[in-house]
Amino acid sequence: MKVLSGVYPYGSYEGEIHYDGQLAQFRDIADSEEKGIIIIHQELALVPLLSIAENVFLGNERAKNGVIDWNETNRRTGELLRKVGLREAPTTLVDKLGVGKQQLVEIAKALSKEVRLLILDEPTAALSESDSQALLDLMLELKAQGVTSIIISHKLNEVRRIADSVTVIRDGSTVSTMDARSQPITEDAIVRDMVGRDMAHRYPERERRAGDVLMQVENWNVFHAEHADRQVIHGANLTVRAGEVVGIAGLMGSGRTELAMSIFGRSYGQNISGTVRLKGKDVDVSKVDRAIDAGLAYVTEDRKSLGLILEEPIVRNVTLANLAGVSSGGILNENEENAVSERYRKAMNIRTPSVFQKVVNLSGGNQQKVVLSKWLFAEPEVLILDEPTRGIDVGAKFEIYGIINELSAQGKGVLMISSEMPELLGMCDRIYVMNEGELVGELTAAEASQERIMSLIVTD
Amino acid sequence: MALAENTGDAKQGIGAYLLANLREYGLLAALVVIMIFFQVVTDGVLLKPVNITNLLLQNSYIIIMALGMLIVIVAGHIDLSVGSVMGFVGALAAVMIVQLGVNWLLTILVCLGVGAVIGAAQGYWVAYWKIPSFIVTLAGMLVFRGLSLWLLAGQSVGPFPKEFQTIANGFVPDVFPAAIGQSLAPLFDARQVNTLALVTGVVAAAAVIWSGMRQRARDKAYGVEGEPTPFFVARTAIIAVALVFIMYKLSTFRGLPNVLITMGVLTLIYAFLTEKTTLGRRIYALGGNAKAAKLSGIKTERLTFLAFLNMGILAAAAGLVFAARLNTATAKAGFGLELDVIAAVFIGGASMSGGVGKIMGVVVGAFLMGVLNNGMSIMGLGIDYQQMIKGLVLLAAVIFDVYNKSRQG
Repeated sequence: MKVLSGVYPYGSYEGEIHYDGQLAQFRDIADSEEKGIIIIHQELALVPLLSIAENVFLGNERAKNGVIDWNETNRRTGELLRKVGLREAPTTLVDKLGVGKQQLVEIAKALSKEVRLLILDEPTAALSESDSQALLDLMLELKAQGVTSIIISHKLNEVRRIADSVTVIRDGSTVSTMDARSQPITEDAIVRDMVGRDMAHRYPERERRAGDVLMQVENWNVFHAEHADRQVIHGANLTVRAGEVVGIAGLMGSGRTELAMSIFGRSYGQNISGTVRLKGKDVDVSKVDRAIDAGLAYVTEDRKSLGLILEEPIVRNVTLANLAGVSSGGILNENEENAVSERYRKAMNIRTPSVFQKVVNLSGGNQQKVVLSKWLFAEPEVLILDEPTRGIDVGAKFEIYGIINELSAQGKGVLMISSEMPELLGMCDRIYVMNEGELVGELTAAEASQERIMSLIVTD
Repeated sequence: MALAENTGDAKQGIGAYLLANLREYGLLAALVVIMIFFQVVTDGVLLKPVNITNLLLQNSYIIIMALGMLIVIVAGHIDLSVGSVMGFVGALAAVMIVQLGVNWLLTILVCLGVGAVIGAAQGYWVAYWKIPSFIVTLAGMLVFRGLSLWLLAGQSVGPFPKEFQTIANGFVPDVFPAAIGQSLAPLFDARQVNTLALVTGVVAAAAVIWSGMRQRARDKAYGVEGEPTPFFVARTAIIAVALVFIMYKLSTFRGLPNVLITMGVLTLIYAFLTEKTTLGRRIYALGGNAKAAKLSGIKTERLTFLAFLNMGILAAAAGLVFAARLNTATAKAGFGLELDVIAAVFIGGASMSGGVGKIMGVVVGAFLMGVLNNGMSIMGLGIDYQQMIKGLVLLAAVIFDVYNKSRQG
């Protein structure tokens, strides 16, 4: 999609794009927009404190000699809003609109640029059912007006409802293209292609034995960090046993990270309710340091902005969550600290000239190992790993799987969130399936398959 | 052949090390160069014992506040109120001692307490309400300036009793028998010699050399690649010689100023605090990446609060020193001083975005500004030129930082 809309310029990719029967060579976004290709990203690109009209004509102002003609701007915006079926004054601040209406403003903005090809990336992910329906109807209407749309979506029922043709892409390559006009498309067919069938031995063997219940989360409810009325986690219950690797499957935005972070010291959300028990005892996890003391660790999915202090050396990152372990009376023992880091560098096979290297200079896989080292040094009972292998190469992935297996052999509990289903199937003893903030299913390793996980998600 | 390759490698190693640490060496070198420059253009006035004493007294309150400011800036914030707080505390001390006749020791304690309360009040809004520190302390700057005016009712209040004045203007009495000093005097061609100052200089120099060597030995034991030997020798030599030289100069005047001791002890305490304690480590982590620090169990709010609390106490201490030095409290005291303090911290190598900066860098930065001020004043340069030059030096130092960082990638 980024190639198509000119985010990645011509020449930075291989292959050719033909648009209107011509070879397209977009230099940048402005260039592709000129040709009538507009992309609407999953995260909306609106300025919240500007009005609808200002947003619609942002960068494309109705102006004479640099002076904006507000009458013209508001009149045109009014027309566009009627077109997309949004009943709001052009002067309303975008901030005041819900996500669904904001989506419509984005489309109005696209229409203002005489769009011919509209690309929507997961447009309904954040929308309620009725807003979604309205949006899909609008797309059909645009189709009638001669605007082509590409919709990227996980929601197969929506795709089936409006698409004339469906292309399934997996791991960066096209799996299949189906034409709805020649024969009706079934969801099963799409799921089959989404899942694929290659399950090689990419996961190290592990002796699977689950011990006593280590962690129990009961009736866990969380509300959105900014919108207090939006509940993001609905009464989640889960257990992790000693030596068990438990997966949480789900789509992006299904609430997996929110669940994990809210458990770990209420690092996400508000009005959190529910209990967490470790080894049968209720524990206080209301602050991060308390959660760590209780025996929890959370390895974030966003290591660069939430996991590491990039400008500091490895040694200072490794000891950060357990400074007490390398100090006495608040005074650091730097020799001890260096020794600890050195130990983890060897154990984790972190490839670096020395532990005094700044972590910003390490590769993604080595950075992830630093984050893991940090949390292992904090000596937790239960580790929550959020996308532990995102953005790292195959070799490092295999090493991290090995580390996870070792943890389970030591009797630790591992709760692993991943968007890569083969990874979950290859690693986990049990998999919870999450969708829209609810744990909608639980599968044992024997029961689990990509088809079953997918169908738990899409039949909703 | 093999030998040639080796030396090539070594040279590259030294070159790379110099590039990586250009900032620290550059700062020290700049201070030395500026001192030599002014020493020459002022016909030796700059390094006269009386002027060195002056230089220390003039910059003492800046350095005391810069120690706290470094911590605030490392934590990712700023405090614009320190000049006003300093002035306010000075005014409070004057009113208490001169007008109300309160005991001077009690006054000092009360003033430091008031500083702590002021710091806590500002830190509370910044830390727990997430109000930008720029705004909170800008407000504080206005409020406390107003309060000092109100407190002094537009008057200058003074003079202070002798005991209070000694905070800034006193000298440490020579504990060694006067006979030693008298017998040393002819050696240095001086009227009298303060043996304590001389001994302190030699001991301090020895301590610098010893701790440097110990650190190197430890680094070696752990296989850490430390400073290349030539740099270590040069840097340590400069510092040791400078210490002995300054102390020698002081010893031929009136000896060790009390303020120098206060400043020295505070500098050592804060250097230790920032580099060797978990508390210091956490502050750097907070400034480096607040979110990651928080997710590592660090109480980021409390740390921010403490940084401002500490700043308040140090601003109060500076206020006492300043009032004692001028022997009077005026409503103008501390006006615009926050900018000198902040400039010293940035010249000393701290980063605007937090997480970076060292106590020693800040002290050198403050002295660099101090020598510039002092040297230009002796030269008789107008305040107009002085301001312009100081501004350009600050800009140059920060441009150098940014350039240095972008070049390293």
